Amino acid sequence: MKLIAAMSGGVDSAVAAARAVEAGHEVIGVHLALAANPQKYRSGARGCCTIEDSHDARRAADVIGIPFYIWDMAEEFHDGVVEDFLAEYSAGRTPNPCLRCNEKIKFAAVLDRARAMGYDGVVTGHYARTQIGPDGKTLHRAVDHSKDQSYVLSVLTIEQINGAIFPLGDTTKVDIRAEAERRGLAVAQKPDSHDICFVPSGDNAGWLRDRLGSEVGPIVDQDGNKIGEHKGAYTYTIGQRKGLGLTVPTADGSPRFVLKIEPVTNTVVVGAREDLAITTMRGERPVWCGPAVGSEVKSGFVQIRAHGAALPCTYYCDGALLVATLEEPLLGLATGQAMVIYDGDRVVGSATVCETQ
Amino acid sequence: MPSIYVDHAATTPLSPAAFKAISSQLQQLGNPSSLHTHGRATRKVLEDARESIAREVGSLPSEVIFTASGTEANNIALKGLWWSRMAQGKSVVVISAIEHHAILDPAHWLETHEGAEVIHIPVDVHGVIKLDFFKDLIAQRGDEIAVISIMHSNNETGVIQPIQELVSLAGDIPVHTDAVQSFKKVPLSYKDLGVTALTLSAHKVGGPLGIGVLILRRAYEIPALLHGGGQEREIRSGTLNAPSIVAFSAAASEDYPSADVQRLRDNFIRAVHAAIPDAYINGEASQRLPGIVNITFPGTQSDTLLLLLDNAHVSASTGSACSAGVHEASHVLLAMGHTEATAQSSLRFSFGAASTQADVDFVMSVLPDVIATGRAAHSK
Repeated sequence: MKLIAAMSGGVDSAVAAARAVEAGHEVIGVHLALAANPQKYRSGARGCCTIEDSHDARRAADVIGIPFYIWDMAEEFHDGVVEDFLAEYSAGRTPNPCLRCNEKIKFAAVLDRARAMGYDGVVTGHYARTQIGPDGKTLHRAVDHSKDQSYVLSVLTIEQINGAIFPLGDTTKVDIRAEAERRGLAVAQKPDSHDICFVPSGDNAGWLRDRLGSEVGPIVDQDGNKIGEHKGAYTYTIGQRKGLGLTVPTADGSPRFVLKIEPVTNTVVVGAREDLAITTMRGERPVWCGPAVGSEVKSGFVQIRAHGAALPCTYYCDGALLVATLEEPLLGLATGQAMVIYDGDRVVGSATVCETQ
Repeated sequence: MPSIYVDHAATTPLSPAAFKAISSQLQQLGNPSSLHTHGRATRKVLEDARESIAREVGSLPSEVIFTASGTEANNIALKGLWWSRMAQGKSVVVISAIEHHAILDPAHWLETHEGAEVIHIPVDVHGVIKLDFFKDLIAQRGDEIAVISIMHSNNETGVIQPIQELVSLAGDIPVHTDAVQSFKKVPLSYKDLGVTALTLSAHKVGGPLGIGVLILRRAYEIPALLHGGGQEREIRSGTLNAPSIVAFSAAASEDYPSADVQRLRDNFIRAVHAAIPDAYINGEASQRLPGIVNITFPGTQSDTLLLLLDNAHVSASTGSACSAGVHEASHVLLAMGHTEATAQSSLRFSFGAASTQADVDFVMSVLPDVIATGRAAHSK
């Protein structure tokens, strides 16, 4: 196949590209320039948006022996990922930008361009596997569960998965680093990227405050009594306990947790730990990585964070909504998070949480 | 598989004569500033080279200052002339909107760090500087202008600028011209142009990388950027790079087949017009260098086209600057009235002394498909 290897400058995508070449594919390396001004987003070699990273990607391509290009996706990234991130927070939801980047950039803008240019697919260093089964190609967890990235890939449609190659899904991260060393790739010991690539300092709340302002609003209890003030509701997350700055103690001295963020009234609602507990979540805009889920109730697992646990549940579709009911109550789930349904290691599909109870 | 190089304006192959000269001189011992036999031997070949380059560019040998690049020569000229004129209270730098970054950036540096005021002369849709604008500027603010720097021809479009007219309008204000693309390609005489300073670069004419020349009138003793041994009139220090200098001289002494190169370039343009009817040539109505053509392919994006051409074994370019590997919309094309989108859909093809009709034919055998694919990739 003719493949485009998306090379971030990190060790994973470098080994993925090398493996694709070794498997006999015709591969070119492409580094995505996601920031109009790379220094604006991040400096130092921590993320995937710096000049150093594009240099590292180029050197890896040299060692592997493939052509290397840089694609300017700054505009697409800004519109599809950064703007979405801000819009979701200002609507009181908690988005996952990596998931959005996979959905709108790596396996959309890049894959579309690749296909139009006569390439068959995009190779990435994601830790996930695909399999060909009776229903076509399916998406599965990586062998290394601690590095598994199937959660952030769960938004991909079958059409997108058909154009995706994940050569690392069968290997642990430790082995990938060793393999990079063997292959003479200078990025073998490069630290993993963390946080959100376009938030330079890792200070998410500060980054949001700079862009969304810090309008003071009330912190109220569940009866609506004002017990404190906040500087920007979006800087809080559901389940948050620390940093609330509340001066009115509860009757029994028990701690309070953020239960709800109401963007329209700019209000943060707090309450007791047990009030965080939910057993049912509903998600909108479901995407299926295989056959669509119907109204029949099935058993499986739901995951609500990139590296969270798989929680036993039953699930079904209620019209356009994906509904999952947990066996055990869960503390703290924000709207805007992705709920991903697994059947064993297979990704069934995902939806964006819009309601919990 | 053939590998076709149509990026001669970026750099062009070392000529056989230059290769022979540099190889042989690399084996010769002697610092040209030394007074002993070895030093004198190196000094002799170096001064022969200086005289020969001076002859080629129409200057006096004593006006030739060797540098490590065209960029360095531009920096010495612009900053040095500005500093020496600033001492007389003149602080305005006049450049064109289409200068190479080796002039744009030092000018902006003077603005940011030294308090200069930079004025850009606009160009018309054909890529030629507006002499009327310049005339008015001289009339209104002539006595504030420290230095003027306008390129002899543009590196992206090949459009030749009216330097002689500009010099006569400028009166006694020093004028520098970056002539790295023009040297040997079109008639170029330092003396006839009447400029104060002029920049050359060896690797654009078949010489080696890493050697440039600033031609500077003897009367001007400007502050140096590099301080040290003072080898070149105290304006430029550093042991002279004799092997590269003799190789530059060897390349510069060869005839450049301008007519042949232009014929190839024009054959290419005709073929592009025939195969891709909506493609258009930037600066087509202007007097241009023989080897350069800049073409806009509507509905495409240049980075995709370059990738596809590279895959098809054709090396071309946009000719414009990169920022972190990403092509910026060309400031030259924007100055000529392009939108960001059309500026980003443009490529530069440049032919050299070694180019052949087979090169043109090969490029044309792949270009229509590349453009069609490039359009499909950006149709959304």
